[in-house]
Amino acid sequence: MDFISILSVFVMACFVGYYVVWSVTPALHTPLMAVTNAISSVIVVGALVAGAAEGSVISKWLGLGAVVLASVNIFGGFAVTERMLAMYKKKEKK
Amino acid sequence: MEHVTTPPWAMLAYLAAGVLFIMALRGLSSPATSRAGNRYGMVGMTIAMVTTLLTHGIASLPEIAGAIAVGGGLGFVTARRIKMTDMPQLVAAFHSLVGLAAVLVGLAAYLNPIAFGIAGPDGVIEVQSRIEMGLGIAIGAITFSGSVIAFLKLNGNMSGAPIMLPGRHAINLGTLLAILGLVGYFTQDQAPWVIAVITALSFAIGFLLIIPIGGADMPVVVSMLNSYSGWAAAAMGFTLHNTAMIITGALVGSSGAILSYIMCKAMNRSFISVIAGGFGAAPEAAAGGAAKVQRPWKRGSAEDAAFLMKEAENVIIIPGYGMAVAQAQHVLREMGDLLKKEGVNVKYAIHPVAGRMPGHMNVLLAEANVPYDEVFELEDINGEFAQADVAFIIGANDVVNPAAKTDKSSPIYGMPVFDVDKAKTVMFIKRSMGGVGYAGVDNDVFYMDQTMMLLADAKKMVEDINKALAH
Repeated sequence: MDFISILSVFVMACFVGYYVVWSVTPALHTPLMAVTNAISSVIVVGALVAGAAEGSVISKWLGLGAVVLASVNIFGGFAVTERMLAMYKKKEKK
Repeated sequence: MEHVTTPPWAMLAYLAAGVLFIMALRGLSSPATSRAGNRYGMVGMTIAMVTTLLTHGIASLPEIAGAIAVGGGLGFVTARRIKMTDMPQLVAAFHSLVGLAAVLVGLAAYLNPIAFGIAGPDGVIEVQSRIEMGLGIAIGAITFSGSVIAFLKLNGNMSGAPIMLPGRHAINLGTLLAILGLVGYFTQDQAPWVIAVITALSFAIGFLLIIPIGGADMPVVVSMLNSYSGWAAAAMGFTLHNTAMIITGALVGSSGAILSYIMCKAMNRSFISVIAGGFGAAPEAAAGGAAKVQRPWKRGSAEDAAFLMKEAENVIIIPGYGMAVAQAQHVLREMGDLLKKEGVNVKYAIHPVAGRMPGHMNVLLAEANVPYDEVFELEDINGEFAQADVAFIIGANDVVNPAAKTDKSSPIYGMPVFDVDKAKTVMFIKRSMGGVGYAGVDNDVFYMDQTMMLLADAKKMVEDINKALAH
C-alpha cells in the first residue's frame, strides 16, 4: 500500500473514532479505557513479525519481549473489561 | 519499493479486524450491548494475530506460543484478581506496557528492517519509514515512562503531590524539540546512536511531563496516556503498512483525546494548564483566606441521619474518590436498599471527574450491584436537587463546592458542580473538619443551615446508619 492510501485509512479512522467515542455512555468510560487498552495491543502484529523473522537475533528477542508485553495487555485488557461489563445490571423488574 | 507483499486475503483480514474493533467501541454506547462489543474486540484481535502468524512463516512458533502464554497468563490472572478500586492503576500499568511494546517493536524494526519490508536488500531504511519509526518509538517511550509515573502516583508508591522542577517548561520544550530534530536527522543518517538518543530522551520527557501533575488531575493524565498509546500503535501501523494497527491507533488515539477533553471541561481547566501541572500544590487562594474566622457548623450522628432519610421522599447520593478509598460502595448499596424498603426514592449522582479515572465511580457502584439505571450524570440530575429531601455526600468535596459558581478567586471557579445547596438537607460524610478537597479550598456547604456533618470513616459511618435504619 502506498503512503496516500494508508494516510486515507488513518484520517477516516480518526473521524470514525471521534463519532463512535462520543456515542459511548459516560457510565462506561472506564471499560472504554480498558478495552481501548486491549485493542491498542494490536501492536502485537509488529511484535510477531519481529519474533518470527530470521536475520537478527536481537531483533527477534526484542520482538518476543514485545509479544509478552502485548499479550499481558490483550488477555488482561479483554478479561478485565468483560469482568467490569458483567457487573452492569439493570434494575430487576418486580 | 522492495516491500514484502502482503497477500490480498491478509489485507482483507486486517481490515476486518479493524472493523471489529470499531464495533467493539460502538457496543459501549449502552451497557446492554457492551458485552457483545467486547467479544467483537476479541475476535478482531484473534484474526489479526492468526493472520500475522500465517503470513510470516511459523518457524519460531514454539517461542511465540511461549511468549503469548506467559504474557497472556499474567494478564489474565491480574485481570481476575484486581480490585475494582485499583482500576486506575491497572489501566496506567497496561498503558505503560503498550508504550514499551511499541518501543521494542520499533527497535526490532530498526535492527531487522528487511523482515519488516521497509528497506532494500542493502539494509538502507526508506526515509518515510525512518520518520514513522522514530515517531513511533518516541511516542511509545513517552507513553511508557509517563504511565509508570502515573501508576506510581495512583498506587501510592509516590506522593500524589506535584513535583515542580525549576525551569521545567524550558527543559520540556527543549527536550521535545531535540527529539523532533533528531527524528529529522534520522532521515539523513540511520546510525544507531540517533535512535538510541531519541529513545532515551523520550523516556526522559515522559517522566518529566507527568511528575509535576497532581493527584486531582490524574483522570486527565490517564486519558491522555490512553491517547498516546493509540498514537504509538498508529505510528507503528504506518511503519508496517498495516490497516488493523492504523485503524485501532486512530480509534484509541481519538478515544483518549475525547476523554481528556471531557475531563478538562468537567474541571473547567484548559488542557494546557493541566499539562503545565502544579494543580493541588500549595494553594494560593486558600492562603489568601487564611484570616478566615471559625464558622459554626452542625455535627450529626448516624441515628440522626438514618431518621431523616427514613422520613425522606427523595435521596440523592453523591459518591466521590473518598468512597473508593474507604471501600464503602457495598455498604452504601445496602443503605440504598434499606431506604428503598422504606419507600424512599434513591438516586446516585456522579460527577465526570469523581474518582481517579473517567467512569471510575460507575464501575464501583456496578460492582456493588447498584443498577445502572439508578445512576445519573451531572447534567441529568442537577435539576432534581430542588426536589430532593436529602443530598448524601460521601467522599466527594470539590464537586459540590458552591464556590465554583460564585467565587471568582477560587481555583475551581467555573467547574460545573452539583447544586446540593438546593436540597432540604445535606449530609456530608467527612473524616474530620480539618481536611479540604484536592483543590485545597474550603467548602461553604459545611456551614449551611441545612447541612449535617457526619464526621467518621465513610464505611464505618454508613454501617452505623444501616444499623440505625434496620431498627
